[in-house]
Amino acid sequence: MTAYIIRRLFYAIPIAFGVSIVCFALVYIAPGDPLQTILPEDASEETILMVKKAYGFDKPIPVQYFIWLGKVLTGDFGLSIATGRPVTDEIFKALGNTILLAAGAVLVAFTLAFTLGTVAGYRIGSALDRAVTGIAVIGVSVPNYWLGIVLVIIFAVELNVLPATGMGPRGSDSFDILVWNDFRHVIMPIITLSLIPIGIITRTTRSAVAEVLNQDFVETLRAKGLLETEILIHVIKNALPQVLAVMGLQFGYLMGGSILVETIFTWPGSGFLLNKAILTRDLPVLQGTILVLAIIFVATNLVIDLLQTAVDPRLKRS
Amino acid sequence: MTDITATPAQAHAVDQAAPVVRVRSYWQTVGYRLRYDYMTLFFGSVVILIILSAIFAPLLAPMDPYESSLINRLKPMGYKDFLFGTDKLGRDILSRLLYGGRISLAMGIMPVLIATIVGGSLGVLAGFLGGKTNMAIMRTVDVFYAFPSILLAVAISGALGGGIFNGMASLTLVFIPPLCRVAETATSQVRNLDFVEAARATGAGTLSIIRVHILGNVLGPILIYSSSLVSVSILLASGLSFLGLGVTPPEPDWGLMLNTLRGAIYINPMVCAIPGVAILITSVCFNLVSDGLRSAMDVRM
Repeated sequence: MTAYIIRRLFYAIPIAFGVSIVCFALVYIAPGDPLQTILPEDASEETILMVKKAYGFDKPIPVQYFIWLGKVLTGDFGLSIATGRPVTDEIFKALGNTILLAAGAVLVAFTLAFTLGTVAGYRIGSALDRAVTGIAVIGVSVPNYWLGIVLVIIFAVELNVLPATGMGPRGSDSFDILVWNDFRHVIMPIITLSLIPIGIITRTTRSAVAEVLNQDFVETLRAKGLLETEILIHVIKNALPQVLAVMGLQFGYLMGGSILVETIFTWPGSGFLLNKAILTRDLPVLQGTILVLAIIFVATNLVIDLLQTAVDPRLKRS
Repeated sequence: MTDITATPAQAHAVDQAAPVVRVRSYWQTVGYRLRYDYMTLFFGSVVILIILSAIFAPLLAPMDPYESSLINRLKPMGYKDFLFGTDKLGRDILSRLLYGGRISLAMGIMPVLIATIVGGSLGVLAGFLGGKTNMAIMRTVDVFYAFPSILLAVAISGALGGGIFNGMASLTLVFIPPLCRVAETATSQVRNLDFVEAARATGAGTLSIIRVHILGNVLGPILIYSSSLVSVSILLASGLSFLGLGVTPPEPDWGLMLNTLRGAIYINPMVCAIPGVAILITSVCFNLVSDGLRSAMDVRM
């Protein structure tokens, strides 16, 4: 197992490097000279050179990359152009709020989707199965930001029972999900965000359960005279690892993909930070946030892979 | 991999071996299956209807989608001649929806088309040549796989800035890696089969082997996969426009309309949801048609 972990790590490190190169390149594909925003229009050649030197832009690009990487590895993402505060602080303040949403959404999705998927997997081809599959298709085809707007229309505008935006009067620093007044603010964002994972986890559970039910050992259990409820426990035990892996992946996706939903609910998470950075063309924040989110995604994949192999050693060979 | 049975050549062989009176070719079988798949036929005709209504928007739209009017601002559904109401500039939403379909569909289909050609070719090349070429191509692809798709699209178009072209370019880049991977997997499965070996033994050149023996067998899975991406692309494209990337005002686009109408959510709540319904219907239909094609072509992925 140790050998496998090391091998898998060796595979993940070059990817992390690649991700950092892509993020570094983002600033260079942006139109316009990054210095233009700092320099006055009538700056002399000398001043331009001096500023270039001060920011390290006079060095060749690969050298600039390694200087940047060295800073990033020590947690220095530079300063935000819009606020002047360190990008690292902004990202980590926002990240907690996104984790709250993503974790909540994945838990809600798992509870619902695992039940639906198991029921459908037991009765493949029945009307119930078709209904569940239909829900799954809608889950992946509905634009979740649209669902967010519809929820706002129903519960905030028409019924006026849930807050439409934000984290509440006390702000994100003293947000406590266990207090009802704060909890009200997470309900709609979490439901909205759980839509896609509901579709995907339902599909996975359905096919996993159907696959397990087709295996010989289920027949043996029946022959032994086990009750259907006892067999169900065996089926779930066998289908669960695959479903949990997909659930973990979905958590990674939600961490990186919450920008639309956070924008709708003005939820002060990493996606909202990213949206603000785009609107103000705050490239250091854009670059830093994307790098952190992508690395989180890579790390989630790695951890799930290792956990899955620990549960099912057969996977080690492939 | 045991999935090889799903490749068209094999399905073809199985069909011919079966003791039936009339022997059907692979594509005849696909057509036969589709003819009795009423679900797919229905959703397919909805897709065609949506595409036609976008193409003939100038004929169908009751009003000029760009013409604003001060006195008709933010009217509800069914006000006067405005079936779906008006936006905050007094423009007719139904007309903008019809015209918006052009941009939204183009942004859904074009990136997938380009990515299919580029990503597909790269994947076939990587799968067929193997070795160092495969390593170089596939490891690069892996890096882009490390980003959730919406994040990569936002990152690239966020850095490039708004605009339809930048939006399409970033979506194309998002779809190249997955298509490349699908093509690579399919190709490396076919590459070592006996008939390719036989072709090589008879002296066929690399290019003609790829063209005749490889493409015939990998095109099915690639096309099915890219058809499933159209729905994703429509969702991502309208998402980008919603964020202010992608399509820029005053161009009508479903995602952008959703964003601007959202500003008047307390005045005109129902109207605000309409562009989303258009996105939803289009995306669901494309998705179901792709599913239907997949089962008709018997492609497993």
